[in-house]
Amino acid sequence: MSEFEPKIVGFFCNWCTFTAADLAGTSRLSYPPNIKIIRMMCSGMVDPKYVIKAFLNGADGVLIGGCWPGDCHYINGNLKARRRVAMLTEILKQYGIDEQRFWLRWIAASEGTMLQELANEMTAKLKQLGPGPLNKEKTAG
Amino acid sequence: MANFTKLSFKKGELNRELADFFKSMIEKGAVHALLAPMTQPEKGVMQTLVTDPSNIENIDPFAPVVPVNGAKIASSVTATPSGRKIAMVLRSCEVRALVELVKLKQANLDDVLLIGIDCFGRYENLDFFKFQEQGKTSEDFLENAAAGNTQNNDFDISAACKICEFPVPDNVDLRLCVIGTGSDAVYIESLTPKGDKALEILGLSTGDSPGSRDSEVEKLTKKRTEARDKAFAEYRESTNSIQALEKRLAGCINCYNCRVACPVCYCKECVFVTDTFRHNGDQYMGWADNSGTLKMPTDTTFYHLTRMSHMSLFCVGCGQCTSACPNSIDLMPVFRTVAQKTQGRFDYQAGRAFDEEQPLAVFNSDELVEVTGQVK
Repeated sequence: MSEFEPKIVGFFCNWCTFTAADLAGTSRLSYPPNIKIIRMMCSGMVDPKYVIKAFLNGADGVLIGGCWPGDCHYINGNLKARRRVAMLTEILKQYGIDEQRFWLRWIAASEGTMLQELANEMTAKLKQLGPGPLNKEKTAG
Repeated sequence: MANFTKLSFKKGELNRELADFFKSMIEKGAVHALLAPMTQPEKGVMQTLVTDPSNIENIDPFAPVVPVNGAKIASSVTATPSGRKIAMVLRSCEVRALVELVKLKQANLDDVLLIGIDCFGRYENLDFFKFQEQGKTSEDFLENAAAGNTQNNDFDISAACKICEFPVPDNVDLRLCVIGTGSDAVYIESLTPKGDKALEILGLSTGDSPGSRDSEVEKLTKKRTEARDKAFAEYRESTNSIQALEKRLAGCINCYNCRVACPVCYCKECVFVTDTFRHNGDQYMGWADNSGTLKMPTDTTFYHLTRMSHMSLFCVGCGQCTSACPNSIDLMPVFRTVAQKTQGRFDYQAGRAFDEEQPLAVFNSDELVEVTGQVK
């Protein structure tokens, strides 16, 4: 059986992390294709519903990418995102969705290399953890 | 603290004494209206808004039933203030929910004299009808409950009440105390200048607290807290995966009664009844195609998890969600256990204080660094 390839849903802020992904691309930095990117206007726009829906539909991990504190295009959307993630993590934990599957990270527009590293790191971590609790494909035997 | 007024009553006359007390409150102009649980002409006890003091004789604040969490009613009456002074008689769970609604600007206490009552628990609505049919009174209930016995034939107080560690309401102007006061007196305790003023208008002098009150309250709180911790531990162990949650919610039919009954489900329009969740036929077919099968109605677990992300920070554990479920899903622990964790994460406690900011309403740049683990 082929190796388990985790599916990660990435909610990336248009101004920082998404631009960093663009930069990684134009710099020809390759990173694992496991992350399916959804472009958001701000990490603060990521409704907890989106994350819950992703997990319920079998995502193995969710990554929210936002601007570093102080750099938010909308002044403080990322700080609101951080509180929301802290709250949602507590809910998911109770129902068996490990906090190691749900990441919030700050990646600035200039940090294409960091995006590459992060994609590698998260993919490796999820491979180690195995399929998410609701992944119906369960490709890892 | 010498802020207690003793209200003695003869057997069978508790409600008459309380009626006289509240009547004089309106007659002497301390308030213009009263919102309190009253016996209804046909059956049951419901919160009732009274402006004519002659209608107060049906008052029954200690009736062991809460058909609707009173915070919702207080919100209806005060969200857009009438400008008239009103006294409200509520239990701890209702007051705590009301504190959260005030912070959300869905209730306004400027013209309200908030009166909390000690609470031994409530029966489920249908059980209370039986209790009434058996000819039992609130005095009977208080007497038995004070002795630690709330069981009545085949029913007992609700599961939420058995693990409620807040028998005594805080953040109120006046408190009607029955725990540790003996079976022939209610003590009225004033906790704020507003409360002092009301007692002054009524011409009531204050004295010492009933002797065994503090120790009785402590005893009950301890018993309830232990029961809570035990119930939570059992729940957490038995329901620690999405599959286990789905099993628990298996009977859910998306009626949304739990959120209608929830006093702190604050959205004016729930997203689950908007177009976001009104799908086309081909959408359903597509989902069914994914694995060849689709349980209908869809999105039941999704709904409950989303509700947790909305209301768990404000959950006061009143248990109205469980009471409202037509399919007997015990929702209270589903929400309460999560609420303990989410509130704990922010050192927050729903209903504890008016000046404690709701966790998602404030934020700082240098907090919660552990969420991302990144330091610049």
